[in-house]
Amino acid sequence: MSEISMTVNGRKVQGTVEDRTLLVHFLRENLGLTGTHVGCDTSQCGACLVHVDGKAMKSCTLLAVQVSGSEIMTIEGLANGADLHPVQAAFREHHGLQCGFCTPGMIMSAIDMINRHPEGLDEATVRAELEGNICRCTGYHNIVKAVLAASKEMAKSTKGKGRAKAA
Amino acid sequence: MGMEGIGARVARKEDKRFITGSGRYTDDMVVPGMKHAVFVRSPHAHADIKKIDVKAAQAMPGVVAVLTGKELKADGIGNLICGWMIHSKDGTPMKMGAWSPLAVDRVRYVGDAVVIVIADTKGQARDAAEAVNVTYKERKAVTTAVDALKAGAPQLHPEADNNLIYDWEIGDAAATDAALKKAAHITKMHIVNNRLVPNAMEPRAALAQYDKAEDHFTCWTTSQNPHVARLVMSAFYNVAPENKLRVIAPDVGGGFGSKIFIYPEEVVCCWASKKAGVPVKWVADRTESFLTDAHGRDHVTEVQMAFDKDNHVIGLKVDTIANFGAYMSLFSSSVPTYLYATLLSGQYNFPAIHANVRAVYTNTSPVDAYRGAGRPEATYVLERTMETAARELGVSPAELRRKNFITQFPHQTPVIMNYDAGNYAASLDAALEAINYKGFEKRKAESAKRGKLRGIGMSNYIEACGIAPSAAVGSLGAGVGLWESAEVRVNAVGTIEVLTGSHSHGQGHETTFAQLVSERFGVPLDSVSIVHGDTDKVQMGMGTYGSRSGAVGMSAIVKALDKVEAKAKKIAAHLLEADESDIVVENGALKVAGTDKNVPWFQMALAAYTAHNLPGGMEPGLKETAFYDPTNFTFPAGCYICEVEVDPDTGKTDILAFVAADDFGNIINPMIVEGQVHGGIAQGVGQALLEGANYDPSSGQLLTASYMDYCMPRADDLPSFEVSHQNTPCPGNPLGIKGCGEAGAIGSTPAVINAITDAIGTNNLEMPATPQRVWRALQAKN
Ligand code: FES
Ligand code: FES
Repeated sequence: MSEISMTVNGRKVQGTVEDRTLLVHFLRENLGLTGTHVGCDTSQCGACLVHVDGKAMKSCTLLAVQVSGSEIMTIEGLANGADLHPVQAAFREHHGLQCGFCTPGMIMSAIDMINRHPEGLDEATVRAELEGNICRCTGYHNIVKAVLAASKEMAKSTKGKGRAKAA
Repeated sequence: MGMEGIGARVARKEDKRFITGSGRYTDDMVVPGMKHAVFVRSPHAHADIKKIDVKAAQAMPGVVAVLTGKELKADGIGNLICGWMIHSKDGTPMKMGAWSPLAVDRVRYVGDAVVIVIADTKGQARDAAEAVNVTYKERKAVTTAVDALKAGAPQLHPEADNNLIYDWEIGDAAATDAALKKAAHITKMHIVNNRLVPNAMEPRAALAQYDKAEDHFTCWTTSQNPHVARLVMSAFYNVAPENKLRVIAPDVGGGFGSKIFIYPEEVVCCWASKKAGVPVKWVADRTESFLTDAHGRDHVTEVQMAFDKDNHVIGLKVDTIANFGAYMSLFSSSVPTYLYATLLSGQYNFPAIHANVRAVYTNTSPVDAYRGAGRPEATYVLERTMETAARELGVSPAELRRKNFITQFPHQTPVIMNYDAGNYAASLDAALEAINYKGFEKRKAESAKRGKLRGIGMSNYIEACGIAPSAAVGSLGAGVGLWESAEVRVNAVGTIEVLTGSHSHGQGHETTFAQLVSERFGVPLDSVSIVHGDTDKVQMGMGTYGSRSGAVGMSAIVKALDKVEAKAKKIAAHLLEADESDIVVENGALKVAGTDKNVPWFQMALAAYTAHNLPGGMEPGLKETAFYDPTNFTFPAGCYICEVEVDPDTGKTDILAFVAADDFGNIINPMIVEGQVHGGIAQGVGQALLEGANYDPSSGQLLTASYMDYCMPRADDLPSFEVSHQNTPCPGNPLGIKGCGEAGAIGSTPAVINAITDAIGTNNLEMPATPQRVWRALQAKN
C-alpha cells in the first residue's frame, strides 16, 4: 500500500492505494469520478484519457503512485459551472457523440490536440491525431467536425481575451 | 415544423451529462457492501471438465465466495435458450444443445464460463480466480461451419447430429431451378461473410443486489431491452418471478445487437448475489468481451443469379452455411433465416428465389444479431453478385440494377416480404449525381498517371425494419410479440413524462421522442422527459434493435398521445364551455378554433388533477398508456457508392469518397439520422477493410481478442461521408417512419468491396480486404 496525493480538477486529494492501482481506478473508485471510462485492456481505446500536468495521458496505463504529486484534469473538471468548455459545446452542437462512452476521452484528447496546434487544424491532422481514441458509434464524421469547430472557436477566444482555459 | 418539433435538427438533451462526465453506466453504479466478481473461463475450445478444485481460491485474501455450475444447477437455475423456433425442411424442430450459465461437465469454446469468484476487490477476485484449479480433458475442436459438417468432425452437442442445428429452406426450388435452366446468363459466386465482433465501447457489465427481507433482486445491466431480460431470466432461467426481479439498463455505451441477448453473467451474478449474500458486480474486460459477446455474420454462401437474354433477373438460388458457435444465443436462429433469406429479393423484381440455410455448431463464441443482422449478409450476397453480373455481361452496374428495380408498390416478393413503398431509382440517381459517376473515367485516368488503381462500386440495399408484427413473427417461430408500449404522463403543472419500452444506448431517444411531444402539444422540449430502461418504472417493452424504436416505439407514443389529447380536449371544452370538436392544441394552449378563447396547457393539466371542475363522470388525472403492434415491416432502402484508390505496390486501399442516398421515410431529427448513417457506414467499412475474428483452426483459440489484433476503424481509416435522403413516407405507421439504425452497416460493405475489385480487376478477394490480401489478389491476377 502507498500513500499518494495529487491535485484533481483543482482540488487536493489524498489516498492509500495498492501499488498496482491504476490511475483510472483511483479516479473512478476512490474519488467517484466515473466520467473517465475503461474501454480496453491494451491502451488503445482512449476512453480513459485524462490530462496529467497538462498533457493527454491514458489513465489505464499509469499507476496511481506514478502520478502522485501531479495535477490531473478529468472530464468533470472542464466546465466552469454551467459554462461548457468550447470543446464540450462543440461536441454537442455537432452531434459528436452518440452513446457517450468514448466521449470524455475524445474531448480530453481533442483539447490536448488543439492546444498542441496553435496554428490551427485541418481534417487530415485531426483524423491522424485521433489515432489513440476509438469510437464505435459515430464513424468519427461528426467528431472531426466538432474538433475543427472547437479549434476555430478557441483560436478566436484566445485572440479575444485569452479565455481558452488551459485544461 | 416548430423549432423543436418534427424535422428540426435539435441538439441532444442527453448530451449534457455525457459531455460533462455525468453519464451513469452500469460500472459507475455503487451499492453498499458491493463485491466484485471475476469468471474463471475455459482456456480450451473443447474439453471435458474432470474436476474443479476451489479450496485454494476460497482461502485467498478478500474472497467471499467461489461458486460452480453444480451449485447453480442444484438451485434450479435453468439453461440458456434460443427464443425463436425454426423447423428444418423435413419438419423437425431445431436441435438446441444445453447451455448452462456455468459449465458443469463440458466446455465448448474458449471463454465458456466455469466458476464465479467473488471478492472484496476486483484485484483480489482476479488473484483468486487464478487459484481455481480446473482439470480438463481436451477434445478435438472445430471452428468453421464447413468443417463442422464434415464426416468425422468433433461433435459438440448430443442433441445435434453432425453439429447441424437446422437445415431450412424458403422459396420455390422447382421454379428457381427452371429459371436457372432457361437462363441466358448465370452469375455464380462463392461468398464468405467474415465473422465480426460487435465491440460496443462499453464492455458488458452486471450488478446484482438481493434484498433478503423482500426476497427481491435488482439487476443493473448493459441491456438494449431490460424487460426482455427480466422476462427471460424469470420465465426460463428461474432467477426469480417477474415481480421479484427489477432490471435496470441505465446509460448503455453502445449495443449494435450484442446487448440484446441474455448472457450467462447477469444470470450468474443475480443467483450469486443471493447465494453469497452480497451485491455482486461484474464488468467484462475487453478480451473477455471479445471472447464472450455474441459475434456477428460468419456465413459461407454459394449463389447463382440467372438473367434472360435482355438482362432481366429471372431467378436466384442461394445455399448458405451459418456458423452459430458453441451454443444457440437468444435470437441466433432468426438471423440467417427470417432476417436474411426474406431479404434476398433486394430491390429487384425476381420471379423466383430459393434459399437453403444450414445452421451449424462450432467451438467458437456464440453468434447472433449484429447491426443489420442477416440483412447485411443478404445485401452482400446480392450486391456482390449483381455487380459481378454487370461486369460479366459488359453492362453498366447502375443500369443493370435500374433495369431490374421493383417500381410498383405494394410488391410481393417470392420470399414472404411485401414491400409497401419505395423509389429505388431516386436514391440511385441521387447517389450517382453526388459522386459524379460520369466523371469517374477521368478520375481513374488521373489516378493511373500516379500509378494508382482507382475503382468505383455501388450497393443498392433494402432492409426490413420496424420489427415486427407480432402475429407474423409468431407464425414464423418467435417466442415473443414484437410490439412496443408507451405511457404518457402529464403532470399537474403540465410537464410531461413519456415512459417507453424502447431503450436508448446512443440513438438519442431522449431528444427525438421529446420532439414528437413538443410538436404535438407545442410545449417546450425541456418540459418533456423520456423515461426508459427500468422495469419498475416502465410498464413493459420489447427494447431497441432492428431499427424499431422510431417505427414501433414512437408509434406507441403517438397512440398514447392521441388518448391524452382526446381527454385534454374534453377538459378544455368543459372549462371553455365550448364544443369538444372545436378545440385545437396550439403553441402550448387549447383553443377554441377561430376565437381567442383558450386555456393554457398547464391550466388544463392542473384542472385534471385538482378535479374541482371536470366534465361529469370523468376520472381525475391525465395519464394514458398504449401498446402498438405494427401491421407490416418497414422497408428502408437506398444506394451507396464508394470510390477507392489502391496502391498496387502495397495493396493499401484509400477510400476517396463515400456517398449514401437513403429512403428512411419521414425523419424526426435529421442530425441524429445522419449520425446513425455515419456510424453504420463506419462499421460496414470496418467489415470490408479491417475487421475479422480469426480462430486458430487447430486449438480453437481466438487470435483476434484485443485491439492489438482486431482492427477497429480509426478516424484516419475513414473519409467524411456524403449523406442524402430521398424519402417516401412509410404507409404502415402513423409517423411514416421506416428506420435508419442499421442501413449504414447493411449497404456499405458490398459497395467498398465492389469498388476495390473494380480497381484491381479481379473478383478473387475476401474480407477484410487488408493490404496483404489486396496485394496477393493483384499478384495472383498478374
Ligand atoms: S481504457 Fe485506456 S486506452 Fe482503453
Ligand atoms: S459515442 Fe459511442 S463509442 Fe463514441
